[in-house]
Amino acid sequence: MTAFLELRNVTKVFSSGILRKKRTVALDNLSLKIDTDRPMVKAIAGESGSGKTTLGMMLMGFLSPTSGSVLYNGKDMRSLNRDEQRAFRREVQAVFQDPFSVYNPFYPVDHVLEMPIEKFKLAKSRREARALMEEALSAVGLQPAETLGRFPHQLSGGQRQRIMVARALLLKPRLIIADEPVSMVDASLRATILESLRKLNRDFGISILYITHDLTTAYHVSNHILVLYRGSLAEAGDVEHVIKQPKHPYTQLLVDSIPWPDLEHSWGKNRIPSGKSAVQPVSATACKFADRCPHAMPVCGQQPPPLYRVDPTRAAACFLHQEAAVLPREEINALFV
Amino acid sequence: MTAPVLEVRDLKVYYHTARGPVKAVDGVSFTLAPKTRLGLVGESGSGKSTMALALMRMIKPPGRIDGGQILLDGQDLVQLSQDEMRRVRLNQIAMVPQGAMNSLNPVTRIRQQIVDGLRAHDIKMTKREMDKRVAEVLSWVDLHPSVGDMYPHELSGGMKQRVCIAIAISLRPKVIIADEPTSALDVVVQRQVMETIGRVQEELGAAVILIGHDMGLMVQFVDRLAVMYGGKIAEQGHMRDIFREPLHPYTRLLIQSLPKLEDKGELKGIPGIAPSLLNAPPGCLFHVRCPEALPVCKTVTPPPQELRPARLVACHLYDAAPVVAGAVAAPVAGKEQAA
Repeated sequence: MTAFLELRNVTKVFSSGILRKKRTVALDNLSLKIDTDRPMVKAIAGESGSGKTTLGMMLMGFLSPTSGSVLYNGKDMRSLNRDEQRAFRREVQAVFQDPFSVYNPFYPVDHVLEMPIEKFKLAKSRREARALMEEALSAVGLQPAETLGRFPHQLSGGQRQRIMVARALLLKPRLIIADEPVSMVDASLRATILESLRKLNRDFGISILYITHDLTTAYHVSNHILVLYRGSLAEAGDVEHVIKQPKHPYTQLLVDSIPWPDLEHSWGKNRIPSGKSAVQPVSATACKFADRCPHAMPVCGQQPPPLYRVDPTRAAACFLHQEAAVLPREEINALFV
Repeated sequence: MTAPVLEVRDLKVYYHTARGPVKAVDGVSFTLAPKTRLGLVGESGSGKSTMALALMRMIKPPGRIDGGQILLDGQDLVQLSQDEMRRVRLNQIAMVPQGAMNSLNPVTRIRQQIVDGLRAHDIKMTKREMDKRVAEVLSWVDLHPSVGDMYPHELSGGMKQRVCIAIAISLRPKVIIADEPTSALDVVVQRQVMETIGRVQEELGAAVILIGHDMGLMVQFVDRLAVMYGGKIAEQGHMRDIFREPLHPYTRLLIQSLPKLEDKGELKGIPGIAPSLLNAPPGCLFHVRCPEALPVCKTVTPPPQELRPARLVACHLYDAAPVVAGAVAAPVAGKEQAA
């Protein structure tokens, strides 16, 4: 069966410098299938520089992989014809980080909703267009009467971000890629935006790819999670297992660092080793976390760890779990049941 | 009880715009005991960053401090001349501003940026002494002395943030104000930066005011908490007490909206939007969003009441509760004037 959208052994290298000699591996041999038959919320988590945004950009077709391929309905993105490209642009929608810079301050916010209706000819008349806009706004919990006709500066960041979700919804997409949609919004408003994303998943059957550095919200909105570290997959699987009992030392570090709003769950208990570990990677393909890892072993500095399937719904790329069976990277979707 | 290092009394900061005054900070009172950590939380537009700037006397026109006192060790900062204030800044009260890492000069080495602060306070040292001082200041924040020779672009976000903390503490101030010091950093670095601030605070014996909107961070870091809403303090008290039993409806909703590790369920946001502080209507500014609003909330601004020892709540829900009138005059409290 062909997946709706698939990354197959994708690697992305950015080169810079005068002779293009300085190479940064943003994403290293990653495979992922996104099915829309069973709409799920998948989270891609990682710190700055982990490659999570690069991954999102490739799924949206804004970047081409250096090696490997991105497939849309089984067809390489680079060989889509015009109609297929158009269908792709409609079926995959994006919500970006900054709810301030996506709006043109000279137009009322209606503009961002009218554009897709016009471009994709969703409505036959002005009245029909208006009805569509109102329907989409209501679905994300906004009052159309209080929203339409206003200028961006009259609305809060949270409202603007929900209009972006409404815009994505207008096109009845099959997948929404939300890249840090709440990181610039107040903590008290985050919940409403995330809840509207979850609602789209539940009520409209839209798959969501939630890209974030915030494991707390990832835990709450998603079914599955992929944790990236410097372009490589560290751990993936069912979000309950990954957050509650992380197996990869990097995920453990991330989970320990979350400032949980919980008096009993304090930071002080397990101090993060801030120094470097004794193991220094000797090979460029070694485990990228080896130099920070408190459990590093000599083997970690020599070769890249394969994915070990530590339990049926989760895998970790770490030699600590050598006794488990190796899961080929292409079969990562077997974890997401 | 020890004398507070910082006491703010009925502080008012208004931005005088063509359309009327914006009351960004409107009658705020709190005290800060030496060597303690106070958290100031609130959403965007609640006045928390204006508060920080006011404490540094760095409000720019059309903004102005329109009333109240800021007593730092008994000295009223509001009354100081510009030049006197310049000597107090960094020396006695210092700030790590929001997005501090972008405030470093990109074309100057780190060493020079630390030295600039010392020089501005007339500290005369030989070059060797200066180098030693820079290395010492950097070591306080866990940075290697060689960082002094680097330019900002050679450092990671967390390191730049620690340089800014190093500059802020270079003269051992009594009060350190950190305005969302980790908002652009990921969790691992955030924890390292917060632990750095905490350790430095303990070693220098300074008091810290942490400003932010992340309640999780507050729980992990501060002793006392003040919740700001619409330019006023809605509730203040010990962090643990507030978190166990929030009394103001806004605090309650704020805590409920937090994602926790338990009960993975519906995410609850706070309905409505932050109030405009321009020509704000009378009454409690939260009443339009408040699930428990009473008729009186629309007309009368609730004064802060000391419901428990060291616990102030500005809400009409507790009007019937016996208010200990005398206790309000205790150092933790301040009278709020009706707007």
